[in-house]
Amino acid sequence: MTKAQRHFRKLSRYYLWFTACFGAFLVALALLENEGMPRLWIGYLFMFATIVLYATIGVISRTANVTEYYVAGRRVPALFNGMATAADWISAASFISLAGGLYLHGFDGLAYIMGWTGGYCLVALLIAPYLRKSAQFTIPDFLAARYGGGAGGRGAPVRAMAVGATIIVSFTYVVAQIYAVGLIASRFTGVDFSVGIFLGLASILVCSFLGGMRAITWTQVAQYIIILVAFLIPTMWLSVKHADNPIPQVAYGAVLPRLAAREAQLLHDPKEIDVRQRFRERADALSSRLAALPASWEAGRREVQRQLDAVRLSNGSLSDLRAAERGLIAYPKTPADAARLWASQRDANLARATVPEAHATPFPGPDQASSDIRRNNFLALVLCLMLGTAALPHILMRSYTTASVHASRQSVFWTLFFILLIYLTIPALAVLAKYDIYTSLVGSDFSALPNWIAYWANIDKLNPLISVVDINGDGIVQLAEIAIDGDVLVLATPEIGGLPYVISGLVAAGGLAAALSTADGLLLAISNALSHDVYYKMVDPKASTQKRVTISKLLLLAVAFIAAYAASQKPADILSLVGAAFSLAASLLFPALALGVFWKRANHAGAMAGMLTGFLVCLFYMLHTNPILGGNAASQWFQIAPISAGVFGVPAGIIALVVVSLLTRAPDHAAQGLLDHIRAPE
Amino acid sequence: MPIPDHAARRARLLAARAAHWRHARRVTALLLALWLATSFGAVWFARDLAQWSLFGWPLSFYMAAQGASLVYLAIIGAYAWLMRRADMRYAQQLEGAP
Repeated sequence: MTKAQRHFRKLSRYYLWFTACFGAFLVALALLENEGMPRLWIGYLFMFATIVLYATIGVISRTANVTEYYVAGRRVPALFNGMATAADWISAASFISLAGGLYLHGFDGLAYIMGWTGGYCLVALLIAPYLRKSAQFTIPDFLAARYGGGAGGRGAPVRAMAVGATIIVSFTYVVAQIYAVGLIASRFTGVDFSVGIFLGLASILVCSFLGGMRAITWTQVAQYIIILVAFLIPTMWLSVKHADNPIPQVAYGAVLPRLAAREAQLLHDPKEIDVRQRFRERADALSSRLAALPASWEAGRREVQRQLDAVRLSNGSLSDLRAAERGLIAYPKTPADAARLWASQRDANLARATVPEAHATPFPGPDQASSDIRRNNFLALVLCLMLGTAALPHILMRSYTTASVHASRQSVFWTLFFILLIYLTIPALAVLAKYDIYTSLVGSDFSALPNWIAYWANIDKLNPLISVVDINGDGIVQLAEIAIDGDVLVLATPEIGGLPYVISGLVAAGGLAAALSTADGLLLAISNALSHDVYYKMVDPKASTQKRVTISKLLLLAVAFIAAYAASQKPADILSLVGAAFSLAASLLFPALALGVFWKRANHAGAMAGMLTGFLVCLFYMLHTNPILGGNAASQWFQIAPISAGVFGVPAGIIALVVVSLLTRAPDHAAQGLLDHIRAPE
Repeated sequence: MPIPDHAARRARLLAARAAHWRHARRVTALLLALWLATSFGAVWFARDLAQWSLFGWPLSFYMAAQGASLVYLAIIGAYAWLMRRADMRYAQQLEGAP
């Protein structure tokens, strides 16, 4: 038995033990819940136990060795590297929001499933094996070695641009992860949002601070196991409930026709039509108020004031008085405020007045042209997500950690395999949960609403995650009376399915693991780019290995705190930009990476031009067409939404790279030799 | 006469490398074409595929939710396997020569 095989056996044994202990922990908690342990305690125990677990793995794998710290010693077996990459990949968005997105958007949501899995074909075929063969430490490292240029041919300009790209892409992404950590921690343990953020941060730091890539890898394998268990158990339960088959990926095919039948039935239900009509009337009323501004704002304010006076005069009860006062305080302060508020309220009402779309129908639309626009947008989004996946630094840097080129190819296979275990379950969960809600909640009595609705509705009173209000006053729940936020679906699934609270805690722990594992990888990508590429390669090339690792750790700490601070500000604009990170990553890095391997003629000037052009085109399109960023949706090209800006950025980058490379001198002998080495088998 | 021998070995190495790279490019191009056809076909023809059904799924929904992803996994698996074979052939070529 070789050393590598012994290493693999040992690791397998450890993780089997870990899985068994985790199972025992779940059973013990289930028994304790049966004995009457309060819910809050279960939440605390889950949070505490998992965070201690990650910290322990971090302490055990602590290291100050450069190769261990940056690339886990380049000896992670392909299977475990695949698992770790899968955990790196499955972010809070995948775990928490994706199933909800599929629930809300039906077929359109599947673009994320296709895009986020298809991207691995590009990683495997075009990038990962060649990165591994180059045996560098980071992505900027690879680009600098390949393209050279700058002072002494060390590639400083390309390196600096690649570092910038890594930071832009990874930072928006890591803020979103830390935000999710705060959200989950605060919901399940009742601590304050910012306390939740710093609790999560502590566990990220203990792990990556002490052991870098090595500690992160072994933590991520453990986190993947938790993510998988947490996602599968509630879905399997729903699957048995509705399809008598414990394998949800297979079973939900049988549920889809039943869901379609139920959807068709609800579509023509007179009560549903009535509720939708009421929302349309509300929207119309708001429209006419908007049209009559500022007179309508003046009249509205007088009305609110008059109500308050009336309550005061009639000596109304204290609660009536409070309600009237709140009405006055909440009333828009200026006509401009009123215009904004009423427009958003009108849009919300209009959205609820529209006829729901069938879940499985691709690109529904009133006519062929609008259906075609949806198809084109779906295709553009799929392409963008694929190209972006193949350019995310924290995923690509994982191909350095395997033992050989062949292992890096295998590792991508295992990565996609482990991702698919979750990603093939997500559409199943969306369909099963939708069927459950459509059949058991819709048509039930308002006096007998299940507990979970009140629980989730009360968590955020300003923007309720779920609201079920009797609009038409008939005492029965209509589908149009339910408004559900996509983010709540996965977290509430155990309660929707009637599972014990332990499973809710497990799902929260899974969401936490997904967010923490991704944040770990992203923080390491940023701090490595800063410490290895900026400090060691550009500022102080003579730094000792000890100093390099120390600097890296300090930078990690600094980046983590900046990210946590950014997340604690609840930046709505940053969160909406996470989708854009894929387009940016694709436009910035993909042309330089892929052509760098496959086209010998690509040179330093071309790479610079390609990265810059891709970035500028992508950024221009986003600013130009995204209303949140001050753009205008009417100026879209081919009606492609701004989230898919990479569909223009990548070709622009490729063209610029090719044209500028051909106009300037061919790369020198050293670069050619390096390329021959990268392409040659081991 | 060590010099011609060295030159011959070097020529053989370069020839083997070139053959390996040609093969790698062919495999990559073929699998990329399959990847593109799957992605494009599943989306572009989704409305036409919706009329067929597979164990309850409309075919277009199945392809987007599972089928395409499984094809991607197969592509990556095939790539790892084919390249492994090419690597071994390359090693044999170099060893087989004196």
